[in-house]
Amino acid sequence: MSSPKKVFIKGNEAIAMAAINAGCHYYFGYPITPQNEIPEYMAKHLPATGGEFLQAESEIASINMLIGAAATGVRVMTSSSGPGISLMQEGFSYFAGNELPAVVVNISRQGPGLGGINATQGDYFQSVKGGGHGDYKLIVLAPHTGQELYDLTIKAFELAEKYRILTLILGDAILGQIKEPIVPWIPEKTAGDPDRDWLITGAKGREPRLIKSLFLADGEMEKHCWHLQEKYELIERDDVMLEEVDTDDADLIVVAFGSVARIVKSAISQVRKAGMKVGLVRPITLFPFPRKRLQEIGGRTKRFLVAEMNTGQMVEDVQLNLPGDCEVEFYGRPGGSVPTPEDLFEIISATYEKL
Amino acid sequence: MKQVFKRPESMTAKPFHFCPGCHHGIVHRLVAEALDHFSLREKTIGVASVGCSVFLYDYFAVDVIESPHGRAAAVAAGTKRVLNDRIVFTYQGDGDLAAIGTAEVIHAANRGDNITIIFVNNSIYGMTGGQMAPTTLLGQRSTTSPYGRDCNRDGYPIKMAEMLAALEGPSLVSRVAVNTPGNVKKARKVIRQAFQMQVEGKGFSFVEVLSTCPTNWGMTPQAANDRIAEEMIPYFPLGTLKQKDVVDVL
Ligand SMILES: Cc1ncc(C[n+]2csc(CCOP(=O)(O)OP(=O)(O)O)c2C)c(N)n1
Ligand code: SF4
Ligand SMILES: [Mg+2]
Repeated sequence: MSSPKKVFIKGNEAIAMAAINAGCHYYFGYPITPQNEIPEYMAKHLPATGGEFLQAESEIASINMLIGAAATGVRVMTSSSGPGISLMQEGFSYFAGNELPAVVVNISRQGPGLGGINATQGDYFQSVKGGGHGDYKLIVLAPHTGQELYDLTIKAFELAEKYRILTLILGDAILGQIKEPIVPWIPEKTAGDPDRDWLITGAKGREPRLIKSLFLADGEMEKHCWHLQEKYELIERDDVMLEEVDTDDADLIVVAFGSVARIVKSAISQVRKAGMKVGLVRPITLFPFPRKRLQEIGGRTKRFLVAEMNTGQMVEDVQLNLPGDCEVEFYGRPGGSVPTPEDLFEIISATYEKL
Repeated sequence: MKQVFKRPESMTAKPFHFCPGCHHGIVHRLVAEALDHFSLREKTIGVASVGCSVFLYDYFAVDVIESPHGRAAAVAAGTKRVLNDRIVFTYQGDGDLAAIGTAEVIHAANRGDNITIIFVNNSIYGMTGGQMAPTTLLGQRSTTSPYGRDCNRDGYPIKMAEMLAALEGPSLVSRVAVNTPGNVKKARKVIRQAFQMQVEGKGFSFVEVLSTCPTNWGMTPQAANDRIAEEMIPYFPLGTLKQKDVVDVL
């Protein structure tokens, strides 16, 4: 067998290529740096699939076009960055209420406001704690390499369909812009089941169907919220993803997601060489957050360092989910400053020495 | 005995919740008649907006997607791009389409999306209790223009049909009313024509229907109906503003 063919492409292109290979033939979006390679790739390659690329007049329009397309059951995606993702929050909430599947990519940038275009992780709270109105969750995936961007994009479509939910891929400028060798692959399933009983296709030979989020009758809305909650619990039971590196014997565990986790990995291999027992927990699903596993790990290891490219967001979830006798420290770099492996080597060593 | 009148197949048997004298019910019926006329019920997808017509799905026997407030044209564009052999229409009020949803309708029109938009202009926010709409007439009192709409503060009532007709994209832009039997007949014809254009792939069709809101106008049904002729039509003249019979290619 010949070895799988590698391509050398940007992270953004990996996402777009994976989406098309996953059967996503409709894309609606609005330009914003640092994710423009995604719409550009889609504009170039979607016509050949028989699908369509459409440049919307705003991110508000993109996310609503996504609603209209997702209701028909096809795989559909949009992508943006901070300011555009903020504009989509209303639509995210409707996706949750309507229980429609779709994939949205946030190649995030600094904020608040217009901010800047460098890598940052300031959108953690917005991604996992709501962002739009009402009681809802998205599935949030946090890849940390080009290959993982590719793989998780395919996974995002599968999860979105499995749960009728919006799946958000949270990346940043480092992940979107760096070129890396990637092995593309095509999943077995590239479309949702055409017999799903909620698809909006025109009421031919059947009762009319309805996609809605308005529930006015007594108790109806509470029932709907509990139904959604049950779904979120199911996702948490079956689809948590995380990566652990050297956690078994670790006296200090670093918790990090996305591109910063990658830099932490280099730093950890250095501190290990220096004889310090340090491990890494990297949540891949930010929702569902790997809280059960963190609780278990916290039974053995008592010292944690959370590293993020923000002023401290995921650290709150780490603190909340560890046993009370664990100590959690935080290292943050907001506003687009990216820590080097040396920075992290120093902060990890200093934290380790305090043990 | 010969049957001369019946409920359109595209309508359900559910009684309307609309207030007495409200024109929404008439407009619903005209849309259903148009769908029946071309046997479109089983291939039609309605996009409901947010306003008194949000319960579209209770009255139309077609598949319906409920849109966020103002976004119906974008939702419809998304649906139609995937199911381009189906018929997709939106039904939107004046707050929905001419205020919060202005951008979405302009760009759907400008792209010439092959969808039909039924725009019900009652010069007020009906559902939320009679606040000023962009279409509220000068001097008209509403709960948020209690001393009357003032052009210096609130600007002028917006003429959506004229605005959209100025674009290259749309294929049909028309304004009708349903205040008299004669006008109902004309409205029926234009709404039918709008769907026919979509069936024939001719692109974006837009029908503005002047409509009453007796409840929030503080009028009897009769007085509200009279106001259409006395105040609305003089400012929002009826007629077809744009009609394109050939589809543009590149
Ligand atoms: C984002 C958002 N803002 C405000 C509202 C509240 N709202 C519901 S209906 C409506 C106005 C409806 O007026 P119109 O579109 O003219 O329809 P009508 O009821 O008059 O037929 C408003 C402001 C909402 N649902 N969503
Ligand atoms: S409030 Fe006005 S628009 Fe709404 S149903 Fe009553 S009369 Fe019609
Ligand atoms: Mg209105």
